[in-house]
Amino acid sequence: MELTGAQILVHYLEDEGVEHIWGYPGGAALPIYDALDTDAKKLKHVLVRHEQAAVHAADGFARSTGLPGVALVTSGPGATNTVTGIATAYMDSIPLIVVTGQVATNMIGLDAFQEIDTVGITRPIVKHNFLVKDVNDLAMTLKKAFYIATTGRPGPVVVDIPKDVQNAKSSYEYPQEVSLRSYVPVTKGHSGQIKKAIDMMLAAKKPIIYTGGGVVLGGASEALTDLARNLGYPVTNTLMGLGAYPAEDKQFVGMLGMHGTYEANLTMHNSDLIIAIGARFDDRVTGNLEKFCPDAKVIHIDIDPASISKNVVVDIPIVGPVKQVLTEMLSLLNKSKKRPDQEALSSWWEQIESWRSTNCLRYEQLGHKIKPQAAMETVWQVTNGDAYVTSDVGQHQMFAAQYYKFNKPRRWINSGGLGTMGFGLPAAMGVQAAFPDATVVCVTGEGSIQMNIQELSTCLQYGLPIKVLCLNNGFLGMVRQWQEFFYDRRYSMSYMDSLPDFVKLAEAYGHVGIRIDNPETMKEQLEEAFSDKYKDRFVFIDVITDQQENVYPMIPAGAGLDEMILV
Amino acid sequence: MKHIISMLIENESGALSRVSGLFSARGYNIHALTVAPTDDETISRLTLVTSGTEQQVEQIVKHLNRLIDVIKVVDITEGSHIERELMLVKLKASGAMREEIKRLSDIFRGTIVDVNANIYTVQLVGESQKLDAFVDAIDEGLIVEVVRSGAVGLMRGEKSLHL
Repeated sequence: MELTGAQILVHYLEDEGVEHIWGYPGGAALPIYDALDTDAKKLKHVLVRHEQAAVHAADGFARSTGLPGVALVTSGPGATNTVTGIATAYMDSIPLIVVTGQVATNMIGLDAFQEIDTVGITRPIVKHNFLVKDVNDLAMTLKKAFYIATTGRPGPVVVDIPKDVQNAKSSYEYPQEVSLRSYVPVTKGHSGQIKKAIDMMLAAKKPIIYTGGGVVLGGASEALTDLARNLGYPVTNTLMGLGAYPAEDKQFVGMLGMHGTYEANLTMHNSDLIIAIGARFDDRVTGNLEKFCPDAKVIHIDIDPASISKNVVVDIPIVGPVKQVLTEMLSLLNKSKKRPDQEALSSWWEQIESWRSTNCLRYEQLGHKIKPQAAMETVWQVTNGDAYVTSDVGQHQMFAAQYYKFNKPRRWINSGGLGTMGFGLPAAMGVQAAFPDATVVCVTGEGSIQMNIQELSTCLQYGLPIKVLCLNNGFLGMVRQWQEFFYDRRYSMSYMDSLPDFVKLAEAYGHVGIRIDNPETMKEQLEEAFSDKYKDRFVFIDVITDQQENVYPMIPAGAGLDEMILV
Repeated sequence: MKHIISMLIENESGALSRVSGLFSARGYNIHALTVAPTDDETISRLTLVTSGTEQQVEQIVKHLNRLIDVIKVVDITEGSHIERELMLVKLKASGAMREEIKRLSDIFRGTIVDVNANIYTVQLVGESQKLDAFVDAIDEGLIVEVVRSGAVGLMRGEKSLHL
């Protein structure tokens, strides 16, 4: 079949099973947009209002489904606008394909209109990228792009296609096979290492299972849950790992790290064995490395060898897909006659329960100001804990992580690594596209939401019934909190003046706006917002919250996990 | 400690910048870097001299392996190996110094590859340390220009870096 490069792209995406793509047209992508019009059968293109949002939407789709997300933009500014989105996905290891138009090959290097070195600009923030110079290579390059993005430690891949390559013709057949001599992802953990790890696990007296985003990405939640229950050890999740282990399970001690629970951080700090699974000892988790878990040995299971012994030196490294490794561990445990030391374990749990009894996430909803924690907890109740929750970045993100109890993986969608404000709303668009009937909540603040507010228009065009929960305290709350603690209360540039009336703004975009400023009516109003009445509507819920509220517990920068500020 | 990291990379545009970009992005040192095609025209061999603690070098090797265009990586300084670097040194050589430089060059097994009335150009091959020693032995005022290739090397004996 003889097709143009643009048609090959569209046919390839359909053959790959892609159903959704987010993008924005422009000069160097026009042949592709034309092919979408003439050739696409199942492929649905969503027109965003800014290219950054296209990438975040594809990212939200990928995080919620486990499938690769696809975005399409033009050259030059189209491509540069995707940079934040690509970097966001890169930091959290999300499989994405970003297709960028490029000026014709004979114009490359001549500073042509809307020319930019896309491959050069994106190189440090992609798993890999390609510039396709020959239409005959296009289908195989796309195959490689999907293969690289979705295997091993996943990540974004950029495919830059010059306009003349989009127009040139070639025969097309979907490539069934792909192999790269320089890229062979590990498919199995080393059995000898796994056996050694099991021995160390069974010998531990004060163990903790510490898991991250890798368990979610690797589809290993069930294996993790089985293993943890088999051993009876406490489990903590990182911000990226929430939902990988049921939050309401009694073995779950909460999120750890800078705003983690007292019990999670102290259990880590006092442990004699850390079983790290698909987590990377991020600085927001470890605090001061010199004070980190002084008595703990470390077993680290990760698909990426470069994550092992990067920040914390590991005693038993296991490189492999977490699901396969955990499954093998479980079958070894089932065969083994040895069991964990029950006496040691029960005194360990006694200790943990005493930390837990501090009830570090308590707050009091007094007076006439709404506590953001209360708003978050109420949303959790109103949505029966079963919503997809996307988030922006700041205090609201931490409140969501602390007070929305995720019992399932892929329900909590946030920019953990890069910390991208403006991620939440477009990510919610991607989630809602994947699950049209699900409740999708975007938790945000009045700062973050304005970084991609233009997408309210996209949400109307495609009838996306997202519920935005804007915790509006009139401050860049996390910045304000740091300024209060560490900069002598000089609130430099953290006050949000001249805010729009978000209710009117939502209405101007054709949506429903609800303002909640009274703690007495909050629950009722939230129930209404999430009721069948607005089942098919996009609702912007502007919650006016207490300006002075801080996120606790908190480990200040440079401190150890046992040096938390509780209130 | 100095490490010589040798790797096979795809002979594709951009492969070199992925390697050098990794070093700048993660704050690793590059003392020298040399790259050229091999007997297989689809593959280039890149040799890089870096320094750091054992843990840092281990990370460097892991990160290099993660790059899609990098096919194989080995730290050849881990075992016994052969290291060679080429240096051309242009020296002021007149009067009595002409004989002196010739003698010094012979001691280092150098070759004088270009001569005119006032200048000798000496070619030296050897381990980087030997080249350093030659430069140190010459009066600084005599040196007009120094150009070095950066080290290349391979593992001794049966061990080799190949597909």
